[in-house]
Parts: sequence; structure tokens; C-alpha cells
Amino acid sequence: MEISGLIAFNIVTGIATLVLITIGLAVIYGMMRIINLAHGEFMMLGAYTAATAVEHGVNIWIALLILPPIVVALIGLVLERCVIRFLYGRMIDTMLATWGISLGLVGLITSIFGNVIHSVPTPVGGFNIGGYGASGYSLVLVAASVIALGGLYLLMRRTDFGLILRATMQNPRMAASLGIHPPTVFMSTFALGAGLAGFAGGLLSPISGVSPSMGAAYVARAFITVLGGGPAVIMGTGLASGLFGLINEIVSFLSTPVLGEVALLVAAIVLIRNLPNGITGRFFRSSL
Amino acid sequence: MTLPISPRLISFLVVTALGLAALLIMPMFLDSFSLLQATLFVAVAILALSQAFLWGYAGILSFGQAAFFGIGGYTYAVGVINFGDSTGAIALSMVIPAAVAALLGYFMFYGRISDAYVGVITLTVTTILYELSNSTSGDQYRIGSAQLGGFNGMPGLAPFNLPGQPDQWLDEKGTWYVAMGALLLIYILLRGLLSTWFGRVVVAIRENETRAMLVGYDVRFYKLVAFSISGGIAGLGGCIYAAWGGFVNPSVFALSMSAQAIVSVLVGGIGTLVGAIAGAVIIQALINLSGTQSIIDPSLGIGIILVVFVILVPQGLLPSISALVSKLKPKPAPQRLGHETQEVKP
Amino acid sequence: MTLVPLIDAKSITMRFGGVTAVRNVNFTLAESELRCLIGPNGAGKSTFFKILTGQLHPTEGRVAFRGTDTTRAEPHEIARLGVGIKTQVPNVFDGLTVFDNVLVAAQRKRTGPTARKIVEEVLERVRLTGIASRLVGQLAHGQRQWVEIATVLSQEPDLILLDEPAAGMNNEEVRRTAELIKEINKTQAVIVVEHDMAFIRMIAKTVTVFAQGAVLVEGNVDAVLSDQRVRDVYLGRTAA
Repeated sequence: MEISGLIAFNIVTGIATLVLITIGLAVIYGMMRIINLAHGEFMMLGAYTAATAVEHGVNIWIALLILPPIVVALIGLVLERCVIRFLYGRMIDTMLATWGISLGLVGLITSIFGNVIHSVPTPVGGFNIGGYGASGYSLVLVAASVIALGGLYLLMRRTDFGLILRATMQNPRMAASLGIHPPTVFMSTFALGAGLAGFAGGLLSPISGVSPSMGAAYVARAFITVLGGGPAVIMGTGLASGLFGLINEIVSFLSTPVLGEVALLVAAIVLIRNLPNGITGRFFRSSL
Repeated sequence: MTLPISPRLISFLVVTALGLAALLIMPMFLDSFSLLQATLFVAVAILALSQAFLWGYAGILSFGQAAFFGIGGYTYAVGVINFGDSTGAIALSMVIPAAVAALLGYFMFYGRISDAYVGVITLTVTTILYELSNSTSGDQYRIGSAQLGGFNGMPGLAPFNLPGQPDQWLDEKGTWYVAMGALLLIYILLRGLLSTWFGRVVVAIRENETRAMLVGYDVRFYKLVAFSISGGIAGLGGCIYAAWGGFVNPSVFALSMSAQAIVSVLVGGIGTLVGAIAGAVIIQALINLSGTQSIIDPSLGIGIILVVFVILVPQGLLPSISALVSKLKPKPAPQRLGHETQEVKP
Repeated sequence: MTLVPLIDAKSITMRFGGVTAVRNVNFTLAESELRCLIGPNGAGKSTFFKILTGQLHPTEGRVAFRGTDTTRAEPHEIARLGVGIKTQVPNVFDGLTVFDNVLVAAQRKRTGPTARKIVEEVLERVRLTGIASRLVGQLAHGQRQWVEIATVLSQEPDLILLDEPAAGMNNEEVRRTAELIKEINKTQAVIVVEHDMAFIRMIAKTVTVFAQGAVLVEGNVDAVLSDQRVRDVYLGRTAA
């Protein structure tokens, strides 16, 4: 009984982690059809923001939750203005350019901080599930993932900004004729996605070590979850994270974490092969 | 009446001659250490060639040529340790990656996955291989008598030996001949392949997949074959890489390896073979150079180059240079083609 | 009289989610017949066309080409059965020359010198010999359409499917295309999907009219075009 409670807890945590890792990329890909290969590095920047803030005595919660999304959103804004906006519509070129950005960011951070692992302390202690110890921070992650998905939903559905966003993504020229300035919308959307990635990076920094190349571990997983999720940003991310997170945790429990990762990637490849447009390409098509 | 010798044939002959010259002359001018460094250039050039063929001619952008590069390297390592002789290991380092590519290709192309997904799936497979190879520390991870070694990899690999004579190891000069000879051979074979009907179909598929299909070609099959050939070539590159360094470790599966191949092709010019070789040499030289200085981080440097090229020079160096040159040349008088009188004016 | 029709399509229905694009269409074509498919926009002509080419697979129904079931066949398999296909938007190899465009098609059935000879003959037939070494991507729209027709012809198909072959052409080009189609029809069956009524009148004998996904009426061109129902459908008098 206790062990199934522990497994369930780990599954939920795993799904929440996957949601956080994926949601920023899902916004950028789902709304702008841009394959942002610098996504992992945006997360890394969020982690470094958190680590640096903590080292300078900033309150741990502000360092983990508030600063990373803001900082990385601003960086995303700058990158969109300087690089991305020249490449709209050229999917392969944006892949290559964002790969260049990813390499550049790794190099830049290595130059500034060195190739060492920083660490960020975990602000919440552990608790017990039956006789097993569990991390209280996992609850933070679960809460954060719910807030991320929920907040994004509210933004998209209930605010003017969200409406403008959705309209522009569907038909930029029509939106322009209504007085909306598409380039500003693209810029904001990219910044939003970057900010969400930074949010994830900051949140995950106490768990993963903070190093310049930490982003690489996330890119493949995030991508494959976005593609598996399909065109609906929120529903797709939720469903795909749920499915893949479940598979990941179960296989990890039965064998090793590495095999769990591999199982996630393989399951996603199989799913994309059978549902080329992702889960929400076939089911729940009209959801957000 | 068209010219008896096409410009393509001329450039092929020129490149082959230059390659042959390099093969024979380099050992006369370079010392052993430099020759060894040159062999590294050959290994990454072969990797870039595999990418150039697949991307520039077949129109398939793979983000995971490193997967086959790495499989080739590891296959060579396992082979040379188990056989004690490099000959079979070299052969296998082409066959096994080609077979794996065929399997993955079947899965992708017969599943009608779109081009962008090919990129992500190949990237994912490379990541899987990277993680798997990193987790093979421990005695139980062995193939035959070869231990996989986890993140430390497999050190102390024997260099190439003369076929059939396992104790006759090749020195730097011999290794250079083998490596450069392989590069030249692959270049010639690829050029030959592209001038056959098969090559024409592959290019046609890149130009317009729908039309190729409607004309009766099973495009899935041709993509599969192109992908498989490309995997085998990348594998050979990995084999030479392993023999060059005497070791192989999970870094052969790193995304930066795939990135290097793509950047090399981009810099040299998509749609050429010799451009990929030139690009690979340039990029590897930059990597070597930036590793020796501390002004700018290598990743930062390559990243900036990539971004600049994508935005400013998307066709790459060679096509841009040749376009520039043709703008500077005086225009020749329009050719009189024999059939021109029959042309119907629109 | 041949017993097996060249094309025999029965009860063809195509649904996309909630939309029924083609409903319960029966269609037969005899050897060497020339048939025109007409109808207003959204009537289902192009969808039905894509079902014949294998680019779409019908939700219900059966298609056979000379008795061979092609309902679930892939386009390249249907092409190999002897069907040449020219799509609505010209699908040609922009980066290759006119000659190479046709050569790629011809060499699927013939090798080396024979293939090249066929290419030369076909280019003569469509009168493109003069621009044989031009890159197709640089040609005018009308010329690209003819290149596409040339690639189709080079495989000596028994049936040629043309989707809007006169689209975007000027009067002279339209006239030439009509001549070409009539000449092709001397030896091969042809199905033409078209909007241009003037073009239809130049070539048509038998016409099938599509409306709202179904066959409204089928028969001799003059009778059909003077049929009031057909006029209503074109003028929008019939409710959608």
C-alpha cells in the first residue's frame, strides 16, 4: 500500500516535471511553429539566474520562482528581435539558428561562470509516505506545473492579450488588418515561451546540478513531448506529459532511471509514428 | 548541341586530382604529428560528406548523423578488440551503422513522417544512444571481450593494421593513406552514384516528392536507401575517428558532433560535396584554434558562426563564392541551340 | 467491347471529420474515353480526383483500374498500373531542366538511350524542345503545365488524369492545350477536371457534373450544359 503510494507520488512528480520542461517549448512551437533548439539553454539560464540570486542572498523563493522567468523572458525578447524575426516561415533555418544560439549560450555561460557545477539548496524538506521518504520539493513542482498550465489557460482564454495572441497565430494578416501589430505579438509569444522555460529551469535547479551543458538533457525530452502532444498547446502538453511521464516512471521503477528515459523517448517515437500530428492532432482537436 | 564535357565533370576531375595530390604529397611536407592531426580532419570530413549527401542531394535533414558516426566508432572498437585485426572491424563499422540506419529509416519513412520530424527523431535517437552508452560502466556491459566502459569509453584501441597481418600496425603515414584514400573513394563513389538514374531519382524526390510519387517511384524506398548509405558513410568516419584517437567514448554521440556536421555542410554550401569537405576542414580548424586560445569559448564561436551564416549566407560559402564570381565575369554571348527556331513564343 | 471498364468506382464516399466531401459516387470510364468532370467550387471534383490518384483513400466504396482494386493503393502503385497524373497545382521538379524532368519520368520504365529518345519525342509532341535545357523553376506558368503533361506522357500511360490543365493560361495556350488533349485522346483515355467552360466546349464529348459531393448529371456535353439543373447549380440557385 505504501509502496503504491510512493510510486503514485513519483509518477505525479515525473509528470509535473515533464510538464514544466515542455510548456515553454510548446508555446513557441505550438503558436509560432518555431523549433527552438535553444530551449534547454533557456532553462539553463533560468537555473543560473536562480543560482546567482541565491549566492547573492536573495530570498530563495524569489530566486527560484520570480527572477528566472523574468530574466529569461527578457533574454528571449532580445534574441527574438536580433535573430529569430528574420527567419519566420523558414523552419529549417530557425532550427539551425536556434541551435547556433544554444551553442552560443553554452559558450557564453562557460566563459562567465566556468565549467563547474553550481548548486542551489532545496528550500523544502522531506516528508514520509508510509515508511518511505519523499521530497517535499516535489509538491512544489507539482503545484508549479498546475499553476503553469492553469495560468496559461487563463491567459489564453480570459485575457485580451491571450485573444490577440491566438488570433495573430491563426491569421497574422487578418489580425494586422484589425490593427494588431503581428511583430509585437510574435515577440511577446517568444518571450512568454522563453520565460516559461526559465521558470522551469529555476524550479528544477535544486534538483539538477547547475552547469552550462545541463540544457542538453532536456531538449530531446521536451521536443518529443511537444510533438507527441500535438497542436493544442495546453491540452497536448498535459496529455503527452501524462502519458510519457507515466511510462518513464514505471520503467524507471522496474529497472533503471536511464532505461526509464530511453523508454520515454522510444514510446514518444512510436506515438509520433502512429499519430503524426500528435495526440491533439487526432483527439481533443478543438481544445486550447 | 551541348558541350561534350560538362562543368560538373570538370569540377569532379579537378577535385579528384586535388584529392589524389593531397593523398600523396601531404606525407612529404608534414611531420608525423601534423599528419595525425590531418587524419582527424579526414574523419570529420567523411562525417560531413554523409550529411551533405543526405541533406543536399536527398533533401533529408538529419540531426543525428552523430548516431551513426558513434556506432561506427564503437563497432570498430568492439571489432578490433575481439578480432585482433582491424580489417573486419573497418568493414563492420560501415555495415552495422548502415543496417541501423535502414531500420530507423524504415520506421521513419514508411511511417510517412514529415521532414521536420525526421530531424527531431534523429536527434532523439542520438540522445538515446548517448545516454545508453554513458550508462554502460560495469563489467557486465561487454560485447565479446570488449568492455563498453560507460562514460569513460574504450581506450587503448589498436590502430589499423595491414590486412591479414594483425601485428603490422600502420604508422601515421599509413593511417593517413587509408583515411584520405577512404575519403577520396567515398567522394568518387558518391559522385558516380549521383550521376546514375538512382541519383537522379533521389534528387527528383528532393525537388518534388509528390511528383516523384505520381511518376511511379516509391519515395519511401529511395529515402530509406539514401539514409542507409549516409549512415554507412558516417560510420566509416567514426571508425577512422576511433583509430585516430585510439579511443572511443560517449562523446561521439554528443549533439555537438551532429552540429559540427551540419555546420560544416552549411558553411561549405548545401548541394555540393566538395563544399562539405571544405566546410569540415574550416570548422575543425576553428575548433582546434579556439581550443588553444582563451579569448572566446569554442561553443560560443561556432554558435555565432552558425547564426551569422543562417541569416546572412544561407546557401553557404561555395555557392555564394561561385555566385559572386559569376557576377564579376563578363557575360558570354547567348548560345545558339539548334532547336531554338521551333520555340513557341508565349 | 471490353468487359472490364478502365475505371470502375462504386459508392465512393469521402468524409473528413464532420464534412462529407464526396457522397456515394458511382463512376465508370471506358478505354480511350475522354471524360470531363465539371462542377462549382467545393463540389467534390478534386477530392474525387485525388481518390482516383491514390492521394486520398475513400471512407467508403471501391475503385478499380481495369479490374485491379486500387481503393487503398498508394499513388506510386497506381502510377505503375498505367495512370498518368497531372495535379491542380503544377508539381514539377523546379531545380531540374525540362529535359531532366521528363527523363526522370521516362526512365522509370525504360533505360538509358531508349528513355532519352522517348523524352525527345515527347518534348517534340508538346513543342517544348526549344526550352529543353531551361530550368523548370524559371518557366512561365503555362510552360510548367506543359512540362508536367510531358512527364506524364513519357510513361505512355493508358489513362491520363488532368486536374485543371488550362488554369492560368492565355487563350492561345488554352487552345494549344485543347489540341494536345484531343490528340492524346486518340490513343489514351483522359479524365479532365475543369472550371473553364470555353475549354470544356473545345474538348468535351461526355461530361460528369459534380455538385455538393455527388454526381448531379452525366451525359453528352451539349445536353448537360443546357440542363437547367446544371445552370442552377452554377448560378447558385440551388441551396448548398
